[in-house]
Amino acid sequence: MQTTIFRLLPLLLALGLGPTLAADAPSNPRLDDQSQLTKAPSKAAGQTYFQPPSDSEIPNNAFGEQVRRGQDIFMNTKALAPDYVGNEMNCGNCHIDRGRKANSAPLWAAYPMYPAYRKKNNKVNTFAERMQGCFQFSMNGKAPTADSEILSALTTYAYWLSTGAPTGKALPGRGFDEPLPPKGGYDIARGQAVYEKQCVICHGDDGAGKKVGVTAVFPALWGKDSYNWGAGMHRINTAAGFIQHNMPLGRGETLSDREAWDVAAYINSHERPQDPRLVNGSIDETRKRYHADDGVNLYGLEVNGRKLGQGTP
Amino acid sequence: MHYIPVIALLLPLLAHAADGQSIMQKGGANPAALPCISCHGTDGKGLAAAGFPRLAGLPEAYIGKQLADLKAGRRENPVMQPIAQSLSDEEMAAVAKAYAELPKVNVKAGPLERPQPGSGAWLALRGAWERNIPECTLCHGPAGVGVGTAFPPLAGQSALYIENQLLAWRGSTARPATRHSKAVAAVPPSRRNDPNGLMQHIAADLSAAEIKRVAEYFAGLGESQEAFDESQHRLR
Repeated sequence: MQTTIFRLLPLLLALGLGPTLAADAPSNPRLDDQSQLTKAPSKAAGQTYFQPPSDSEIPNNAFGEQVRRGQDIFMNTKALAPDYVGNEMNCGNCHIDRGRKANSAPLWAAYPMYPAYRKKNNKVNTFAERMQGCFQFSMNGKAPTADSEILSALTTYAYWLSTGAPTGKALPGRGFDEPLPPKGGYDIARGQAVYEKQCVICHGDDGAGKKVGVTAVFPALWGKDSYNWGAGMHRINTAAGFIQHNMPLGRGETLSDREAWDVAAYINSHERPQDPRLVNGSIDETRKRYHADDGVNLYGLEVNGRKLGQGTP
Repeated sequence: MHYIPVIALLLPLLAHAADGQSIMQKGGANPAALPCISCHGTDGKGLAAAGFPRLAGLPEAYIGKQLADLKAGRRENPVMQPIAQSLSDEEMAAVAKAYAELPKVNVKAGPLERPQPGSGAWLALRGAWERNIPECTLCHGPAGVGVGTAFPPLAGQSALYIENQLLAWRGSTARPATRHSKAVAAVPPSRRNDPNGLMQHIAADLSAAEIKRVAEYFAGLGESQEAFDESQHRLR
């Protein structure tokens, strides 16, 4: 089964469909903007990634205060925006180095690419709408309004990080620079072995991560405190990109592409909160509409005799 | 001796850790296993100026692992290795449990900190990602309070101890002879017991001055008289 999906991906890409196309019109157009990015251009040899400004360049005025406020929310999302975060995640969990690190979906590569037309919901999405998607899926919460103080501060922070970046030009380092799938497909059992050796120390046997008091330190990778089935990270290809470049923390790019794919598949073969776009209460219908063409993912498929996509209690 | 009243106070808490208490105060069955309190203090808070670490409130599994690593030579230390080698496995387990039951370092709730680039606080809270060095608090917890059993508290720990550990993970590179000095051979890291090699590369990529600054930052965070409200978030 997993091999079939793996075989389908290059086909879809070859047809130029991209994994983001869905046949049906979405029932709620605001709820499906986690679709996959097209591949960012590679960095040429000797070229360096875009450098966001340093903190010492934050001006000491009202604008600078808002930049800092945005950074504070980015780092402490659960603590400072608790009404909008339904799990235990913070922006900084997936956007390493406060949204500055290349190949960790840096904000300086995202902000200048919006507003952007998205075929999937057939409308032009603003950066604020893109962030609303993060809150609904990655944070399994609800979206702050576009004119809210929270999104205003986060937008200001992203805008400041993008100082000097070209508008509307995809930069190297954007997204997670996903590695190609391994020859012969990924393997969940092999991924479990990688997980037990490399990931358990921080994220735990049960994938629940670790906390200090009420504060999550190592994020949950599955289960109720993790990203939901609609988040971009639920795609094995996307998680593989994040993992290959950024994990284990501080030792990015030490796992092979194959190990990254395998362990991403292991992580994303566990239950997590339901996709909030659930169609008619049916996993199959939701798979058909939102997951069948969305990269490589296991939503609605059977793994070890159990259909995934049940959600968490 | 000061420790007698302390024991009397703690006795109800430590009723099933009698062995560990005895090892702390009087040493192990083998006389080479010296009493822990002679360096780590009657309260287990160490002797910061001498670089003897605080053990009070550290995770049991962490202390147990360090003793096993010292015994096996994965962690080298001229003072502690002979002691660890003189402790039986049961004694190690008992003393690890006894220290874990002593009070943890109390770190007060800080407001959001705005560290200055280049400071010890900056490394602790922001890291140096251009060298793939994560902020220390990402693994050791906000305010360095420690996370789980593998990431010990840094807050309130002896600055000299933290500095020595980072230098031990780092080792040093060889220096060629000059007209004024002899060649110095490379010193391999004397601490090789970091899980998954998470600390070694960090220590290797920090300068000696950075190591000192970040060690001083964490040493300065303990120990508050004000209790922390555990229902509140610790901010990063």
